[in-house]
Amino acid sequence: MFRFLNLTLNGVSVGMIYAAVALSLVMIWRGTRIVNFAQGGMLMFTTFIAWDLAQVHNVNYWAALVVAVLSGLVLGAVAERVLVRPVENGPPLNAVIVTLGLLIFLQALAGMIWGNSQAHSYPPGYSFIGYKVGNRRLAFSPNDLFIVVAVLVVVVALYLLFRRTPLGLRMRASAFNPEVARLLGIRVGRLLTLGWAMAAGLGALVGVLVAGTTSGYVQPVGPFDALLVYGFTAAVIGGLDSPIGAVIGGLLLGLLLSYADSYISNNVRTLYALLVLIAVLMIRPAGLFSRSSTRRV
Amino acid sequence: MADEIFSRDGMLSRSTLLRHTLAALVGLGLLYALINGMGDYRNSQLAPIAFTVCAAAGLTLLVGQSGQISLGHGAFMAVGAYTFALIQEHWRTSHGNLELIGLLAAAAVGAAVFGAFVGVAAARLRGPYLAGATLALALGLPSLATYEHLTKQLGGNAGLLVVSPNPPTGSIDIYRWQSVICCVSAVVVLWFVANVSRSRVGRSFRAVRDDEIAASLCGLSVARVQVLAFVISAACAGVAGGLLAIIDLTAGPQAFPLSLSFGLLAAVVFGGLGSLAGAVYGSILVVLLPVWSQDLTDALSVHSVKVSNNMPLMVYGVVLAVAMLAAPNGVQGVVRRLGSGIKRLAIPSEET
Repeated sequence: MFRFLNLTLNGVSVGMIYAAVALSLVMIWRGTRIVNFAQGGMLMFTTFIAWDLAQVHNVNYWAALVVAVLSGLVLGAVAERVLVRPVENGPPLNAVIVTLGLLIFLQALAGMIWGNSQAHSYPPGYSFIGYKVGNRRLAFSPNDLFIVVAVLVVVVALYLLFRRTPLGLRMRASAFNPEVARLLGIRVGRLLTLGWAMAAGLGALVGVLVAGTTSGYVQPVGPFDALLVYGFTAAVIGGLDSPIGAVIGGLLLGLLLSYADSYISNNVRTLYALLVLIAVLMIRPAGLFSRSSTRRV
Repeated sequence: MADEIFSRDGMLSRSTLLRHTLAALVGLGLLYALINGMGDYRNSQLAPIAFTVCAAAGLTLLVGQSGQISLGHGAFMAVGAYTFALIQEHWRTSHGNLELIGLLAAAAVGAAVFGAFVGVAAARLRGPYLAGATLALALGLPSLATYEHLTKQLGGNAGLLVVSPNPPTGSIDIYRWQSVICCVSAVVVLWFVANVSRSRVGRSFRAVRDDEIAASLCGLSVARVQVLAFVISAACAGVAGGLLAIIDLTAGPQAFPLSLSFGLLAAVVFGGLGSLAGAVYGSILVVLLPVWSQDLTDALSVHSVKVSNNMPLMVYGVVLAVAMLAAPNGVQGVVRRLGSGIKRLAIPSEET
């Protein structure tokens, strides 16, 4: 029972990370109908910037985090403006290849600056030592709590932004129907750039959070690619059009992977993700939170 | 006689099979001359190009003609490679090269059977959902080899050993013989895919891609056509996987990273989606671009190891992105535009 509790807590904290990655992919998908395969590369790069500041230049953890998020915002905006805008109305596969090109470019650039071979550890925000319940120690530390709270705060903030502010209304309108939104005087292009920037900023936050966990590290190729696949899996499970679905998909995936890792075998994690995804998609081909009319004729 | 064959409504333009067979024979002759004429270094690049062509030809049929995206073709290559290695391990004969044909065919069949299962699941999925499922497949399937109850059968992280077949007479070295095997397989696969795409089956692929409802009104079973596309495409990737196993001398999970699947898709889109010639251009580019940029970096004598190590990757990424912005229809799109431009210059009165 204690083991189950530990696995559940661990699943929630990992799941929140998947949920945040999924949410950033969903934001981009809703705005521009593009799956951003460069998301893993973008958050890798911003995490490297923060690592360079925190570890090499001894900058404060929070300052490095802020710099990472700001550079994420800039990177997202530049990527949308320079690379994505020209292929937005072209064949969808071209956009996929462009984001793959950006991913490869960022991995190479990070390798040039920081080297490929070494896996760098990242300082955690809070302690790794688990909370004490009675005389037993939970596998849930202040650092895990920090991750859960940080992602929750961002999710709630995004919800309020999209549902309660005029800016959010404009963003939803331009994602829902760009033509009509443009006719109503909304600067659709700018809002798309803003959407990409926000998604990349959220990604940058996740990158720093993941790098600061017990199993986290920073390297140009490796840890963040798998993170993208888990995030994408979570987004697809939830239904790509639904932000709430992304969060629930992420939590579901995190919990199931945590149980399977411990109860079955712990070296085929990616295979479990595949099985969960197939199982969900066989029952609901457009994710758990899809609306009925997803196919356009 | 010559007129009867080559004229506008002669035998060649009437019989697609004949035309494709002739093109395949010419291609084989050219490749034979190329393999004999090139040095060892160039030959070692020919084999990877050839197996990439096999997989890309299948992928372009799937993505370009039947309209289903796959980000996980590396997984089908893995199935082909493991089929090849497992059968070779348990069943050896003295006829090395006959055995080779059998093993490559088995790799194709193994991947095709797996492709049928994936296809049945994929026929329910559309667009990004299919992309997500195949992406998870590419990442998840190779890790099956490290599952602790299967490490004995599948060799774990190190993979299974594969024996490379010896050249028949001893007249050419082993690397040239590998090039010959890969090139012949690539030509056979291209010939096969070209015929499929010109047949009733290929037409039904395009019909389903363009409009599923109209296709089903015409009596096509959309799901069945989509599954068939996956089966054929997976079979081609299976051959590619078998060839990769011969060259690497192993079938292991490390040989099928995500970047392999992405590279195949890049080759297909870069060359021009749905076109076989495009799959060939794209494969050449995807394999040779890192080599070229490595040569360029060496020539520039960059002092930092970090920079020179990452230069090929960076050039690759930049070329992919810029090519999509500059030529959205790929190399084949550019070739076609040039071709029609020249035709219009040569015969100005044809279009009125």
